[in-house]
Amino acid sequence: MSMLDGNALAGDLREVFAADVTTALYTCGGCGHADVIATLHLWGPAPGQVARCPHCTDVVLRLVQTPDRLILDLRGTVRLEIPRAG
Amino acid sequence: MARAAVSGRLTWRVATVAGTRWETPTARTLVLDVPDWPGHLPGQHVDVRLTAPDGYRAQRSYSIASAWTGDGPVELTVQRLDDGEVSPYLTDEVTDGDQLELRGPVGGWFVWRPEQTAPVLLVAGGSGLVPLMAMIRARGAVRGRQPFRLICSVRTPRDLLYADELARRVRDDPGLDVRYVYTRQTPDGWPEPAKRISVATLNSHGWPPDFGPDCFVCGPTSFVETAADILVALGHDPRKIRTERFGGTA
Repeated sequence: MSMLDGNALAGDLREVFAADVTTALYTCGGCGHADVIATLHLWGPAPGQVARCPHCTDVVLRLVQTPDRLILDLRGTVRLEIPRAG
Repeated sequence: MARAAVSGRLTWRVATVAGTRWETPTARTLVLDVPDWPGHLPGQHVDVRLTAPDGYRAQRSYSIASAWTGDGPVELTVQRLDDGEVSPYLTDEVTDGDQLELRGPVGGWFVWRPEQTAPVLLVAGGSGLVPLMAMIRARGAVRGRQPFRLICSVRTPRDLLYADELARRVRDDPGLDVRYVYTRQTPDGWPEPAKRISVATLNSHGWPPDFGPDCFVCGPTSFVETAADILVALGHDPRKIRTERFGGTA
């Protein structure tokens, strides 16, 4: 296990979303802390990644890759605010 | 770019190794030709994917070391982690003409844009220097005037990445300062003993918080947290401190 941060999710999330979600603002479902996805603490490596709130350590986002699927669990974030491309 | 805009999503491309060079005994730069590369911002990274003959895949993120000037290859500098699954292959096995699967550029947060006018403080721990070097190179390419300071923590003089180029840029790129901190062994005659970065280091060799610098900190997790905590304690605006962590090993 090694710890990275939400910056490292950029590629996987860009396979799903049209925008760069690492610059999106999340609000943690556990403690209400809000910051950009890039600042989450990320435990991995792929294929199973868990991103935790740096403030309360609750799981904010989970990303699992299988050979033919990508499973994104966003139960830990109550809100995602995504900048629109200028 | 046009093709990417159609689907809006990012897919893997095949890059060809056009050259390699050792930066230190354990870090190697891969020079990659990537067809239809859309360009990148300094600080962005790529994902590299390796597939074994039995179909097993491993994927890792690597920072881009080069600046994009509208043309040319994409350079990655890879630090070998001895217990790593991917990095020893990239440092020790890959040769010219080999092909790698690559996805990117990605990441819009840990980036510096040459339009930014504030002074910049770069704080690197070990190979955390790689994305910061892309920022220094991008500033050099556009002859940027933003005052740049780099504080670079390395174990020993042998572990310095880009030492000759940085020395040249300090001489030729006006407004760039570099300060090294050695954590295990210093060069002969170095004026201070081996030590870790401290409040005094960042206070003496960074920018005063009043200058409102954009701060970029990259390195191992413990290094990044220590450096970012010190910057906040010194009075820097947390919103102007951007961090990127890699791996658990120091």
